[in-house]
Amino acid sequence: MTLDFSLLPDSGMAWLDASGPESHVVLSTRLRLARNLQGMAFTLRAKPEDLDAARDRILEAGRQTASLRDGVAFQLDDLERIDRQLLHERHMISRELAGLERNQPVRRAAALLTTGSLGVMINEEDHLRLQSLKSGFDLSRAYAEIERLDADLGERVPVAFHPEFGYLTACPTNAGTGLRASVLIHLPGLVLTKEIAKVLQGLSQVGLTFRGLYGEGSEVVGNFFQLSNQTTLGKSEEELLDHLSKMVRQVVDYEVQARDVLQREAPAVIADKVWRAYGLLRYARSLSFEETMNLLSGVRLGVGLNLIQDLSVYTLNELLIYTQPAHLAQREGRALSDPELPFIRASYVREQLEADAARGSNGRDAAS
Amino acid sequence: MQCDNCQQRPAAIHLTQIVDNSVTTVHLCEECAAEKGVQTGATAAKLPLAGLMASVGQGAAALLHGEDERACSFCGARLEDFRASGRLGCPHCYETFEQDLRDLLRRIHGSSQHVGEVYLPASSAHYPDSERVLAEMREQLRRAVGAENFELAAELRDRIRSME
Repeated sequence: MTLDFSLLPDSGMAWLDASGPESHVVLSTRLRLARNLQGMAFTLRAKPEDLDAARDRILEAGRQTASLRDGVAFQLDDLERIDRQLLHERHMISRELAGLERNQPVRRAAALLTTGSLGVMINEEDHLRLQSLKSGFDLSRAYAEIERLDADLGERVPVAFHPEFGYLTACPTNAGTGLRASVLIHLPGLVLTKEIAKVLQGLSQVGLTFRGLYGEGSEVVGNFFQLSNQTTLGKSEEELLDHLSKMVRQVVDYEVQARDVLQREAPAVIADKVWRAYGLLRYARSLSFEETMNLLSGVRLGVGLNLIQDLSVYTLNELLIYTQPAHLAQREGRALSDPELPFIRASYVREQLEADAARGSNGRDAAS
Repeated sequence: MQCDNCQQRPAAIHLTQIVDNSVTTVHLCEECAAEKGVQTGATAAKLPLAGLMASVGQGAAALLHGEDERACSFCGARLEDFRASGRLGCPHCYETFEQDLRDLLRRIHGSSQHVGEVYLPASSAHYPDSERVLAEMREQLRRAVGAENFELAAELRDRIRSME
């Protein structure tokens, strides 16, 4: 089986089109609901035949829902590592489901049914992990979609539920609503003004937590933070989302204020940082992924501050996706371990930035 | 700076607490902080569940220590399996280890009572089987009273009344 993203609407990139609310600071909103089938042990303790049965039942039920009727199914245990990593880099599956963890190969009957922006991971640590991804800061639309999918699936497969503890999950930290809502947010202003530690500490005191770009256990790179609710039980879905929404809105305000301060107090220093980042991306001959992320962060700040005008946020989002190791290797037909990748990455980034700059200056010529 | 508690080792953790609008700051070394159950971001991030379980109180002690012969009748999991993996074996484990989990869930989430969406299976979607749910809740109430868990018992009593 080979991976063909073209089968997905918008090649599964709709959530990165920078069309959503607050997309100058918030890249994307992601919700997930953890659910398990009744009458079967959780994934880690299930027998092989149970895992197969769970996958088949969930895939069949999913295909009968209005939301996933046109979805594409991926049987992860049939996919090569690079393809599983591709799905992970697209934020469609967790690291665990992709089988990328050391000493933890891809699980039997691990699968994904997805439209790109809405899907269900099958046989993650819970039998079902529904996931909805939206561009920008858009909790309400993401929730409306996932709630509908949850109801449609729940009618077709019996789900483990307890009157006191709510939806039952393998890890008690997810029990109750099973809802984890997270917002991928870019905070270079707060990092540069050194306010970030205070903000993150404040968030932890109001029941929110932060993670890196790829969710649980991942490092913060390029000043991207995933902010999400820490608890899932004792509050309704609406309360959890409302609380996260208020707090994220505040963080967005802080970030905007920090950028104002930088612009006011140190405009030359900021402009230098931004243009250095742009210059390196535009002309460097070798780029590691991490360096690319950090430079893209500087350029994104420059676009946000209107210092750089010939560059769209969409191009930046595309670069974020396509400079990742598996995307780059697949695009160029290389192995993941290819030592040439940093050179290929630099040349790809250069081409994209040149194309965007050319489009920008053509636009200006036509307008004048 | 020295640790406020032992006055010997250097302070590594600076804990600021706000209680009734007054701010207090305590400086502790790592050992004393661990003794007092203060978690730092670093230790919590490494082992989120282990960190949490390390801070659980007496009620959930069974989850942490001691021999416990109970095994889930459905999947055979024991508490030591949960200690090792941080994962329960199956939905029935929540009933087998109900009291221990109730304490743990309260520690984690601040409550063990789900108040969100209620699952209604297809067969009962149109005619919710309220009698069955009520019977289950009455049984839970009985167990809660037996376990002297009066907070939960009061919650359950109110919910049962509102449904009757």
